[in-house]
Amino acid sequence: MSKPVSRKAALKKKEEIAGYLFALPAILGLLIWTIGPMVASLGISLTDWQILSAAKWVGFDNYRTVITEDLFFKKSLLVTFYFAIGSVVFTMLASIVVALFMNYGVRGQAAFRTIFYLPTIVPIVASSMLWVWLFNPDFGLLNTVLKSVGLPTLMWIYDEATVIPSLILMSMWGCGSAALIILAGLQDVPKHLLEAVEIDGGNGWHKFRYVTIPMITPVIFFNLVMGLIGSLQAFAQAYVMTGGGPNNGTLFYVYLIYREAFQYNHFGYASALSWILFALIAALTAGVFKSSKAWVHYGGGK
Amino acid sequence: MRIRKTASFAVLLVCAALAAVPFLWLVRSSLMRTDELFIFPPRILPEELLWQNYADVFDIIPFARYLFNTLLILIPVMIGVVLTSSMCGYAFARLRFRFRNAWFALILSTMMLPSAVTLIPTFIMWSELRAVNTFWPLILPAWFGGGAFNIFLMRQFFMNIPRDLDESAVIDGASFLQIYIRIMLPLVKPALTVVAFFTFMNVWNDFFGPLIFLNEDSKFTLALGLLQLKGMYATDWNLLMAGSAIMVLPAIAMFFAGQKYFIEGISLTGIKG
Repeated sequence: MSKPVSRKAALKKKEEIAGYLFALPAILGLLIWTIGPMVASLGISLTDWQILSAAKWVGFDNYRTVITEDLFFKKSLLVTFYFAIGSVVFTMLASIVVALFMNYGVRGQAAFRTIFYLPTIVPIVASSMLWVWLFNPDFGLLNTVLKSVGLPTLMWIYDEATVIPSLILMSMWGCGSAALIILAGLQDVPKHLLEAVEIDGGNGWHKFRYVTIPMITPVIFFNLVMGLIGSLQAFAQAYVMTGGGPNNGTLFYVYLIYREAFQYNHFGYASALSWILFALIAALTAGVFKSSKAWVHYGGGK
Repeated sequence: MRIRKTASFAVLLVCAALAAVPFLWLVRSSLMRTDELFIFPPRILPEELLWQNYADVFDIIPFARYLFNTLLILIPVMIGVVLTSSMCGYAFARLRFRFRNAWFALILSTMMLPSAVTLIPTFIMWSELRAVNTFWPLILPAWFGGGAFNIFLMRQFFMNIPRDLDESAVIDGASFLQIYIRIMLPLVKPALTVVAFFTFMNVWNDFFGPLIFLNEDSKFTLALGLLQLKGMYATDWNLLMAGSAIMVLPAIAMFFAGQKYFIEGISLTGIKG
């Protein structure tokens, strides 16, 4: 009788070993590319390290300098949050509108899905080039349209006042993938709930407000978190389109880190900056998660 | 109801036009003469279609070289990501081992980590290994699970396979490697395709990685090459647009090839995330 038991134990052991072997790439990856560098980065952030000289221990000096003295840091935080909040809010609104209309069962839904999704697969360098050309104050499409309908033209990305709204507009062009996610959420809204509102004498707005919106809050929440994390790390468009300008008006936070690390070779200082970014993103994500209890509705015991 | 549907259709049509216009402007500008770009009032369509612009891009900058470099990175990355993410997805979905869920949670949580935090030590490490300005920093990490997102995606697919399939194979004495190759992989082909497509897009679109790790012209990828074009010929917008179009085209072609899987993958991440 002991034989099957020991066979089972042997099998369990085999599965244990196989599990670790199969998962090994990911586990090693976690240690080599994430945890190791994180520990190192924390250490580096406590040093004064310029590439050619040896690292010098300075404790929390870098952090102190960032917070109390660095004017670029303050400006960078400001423009990064301006862009992140603006692009998340407007992209979300645009994607909800598009998804709602698509969900109406209009004809040619497949074609619409494709058209809205296409801008999101354009490589960021290519789309940045394209938008620099669209934003061109003299010959760009946008000012041409404004001129032809008799409106005053704008300087777009060449004026500090309009550069962030311009980039937000550009990011709205890529609302398609969020719209598809929301559309998938909308298609999961149970028909019987909408019918129940109708039976109770509710109109379209009631259905939207009391059924549709609550049912898609998990999807909105997902997009909100991912959008926020993504847009707080914006870099390429500013690098390609504006070089961080005008007047540091698009000196996004990751741009600041890039500049300190790879242009000025201030590795210690840049590491401190990156940890502050991490703390901000973590705090913000935690905040959004916490607030989600009040407004995200998980139906069906999910 | 009828009217509403028509109205929705009209709104969508306007939105779709707004989404499409920048593309049309890209193509239109890429086929114009330089002086034609700056005429006022502007021409909507080029006087004649100047396909020569596309050829010129290849003459002015070593675009073919950049394409070759991009493929040299892309192919090993795709192999590494598809192979290791499916292995790990299989382990986290079907095999029981100690601390499995803890490992998985840790790996998932890296999705929240801004890449800037690990960037500097990683750069220093590669620079100590004298591998900056080679393709290694852009290729090798892909062989370590291929990123949390892909592992997650693969795991979702593996979880949907009925339990008795591999359980009976185990009883029949099949090894886990055999089960993975003979039973599991054929069943998750759609997932492998999705992961491969996403990986293609990521590498094709990657700008930050090559910018940090490559510093010699001859090593540049298409993304950096395009930037070169901007720096050198800032006024030749027709060439810039032609270069951008060349970069956009393969991405769009890939999208159409795998549209079904792509959209499925996108929706899946949203709902089950």
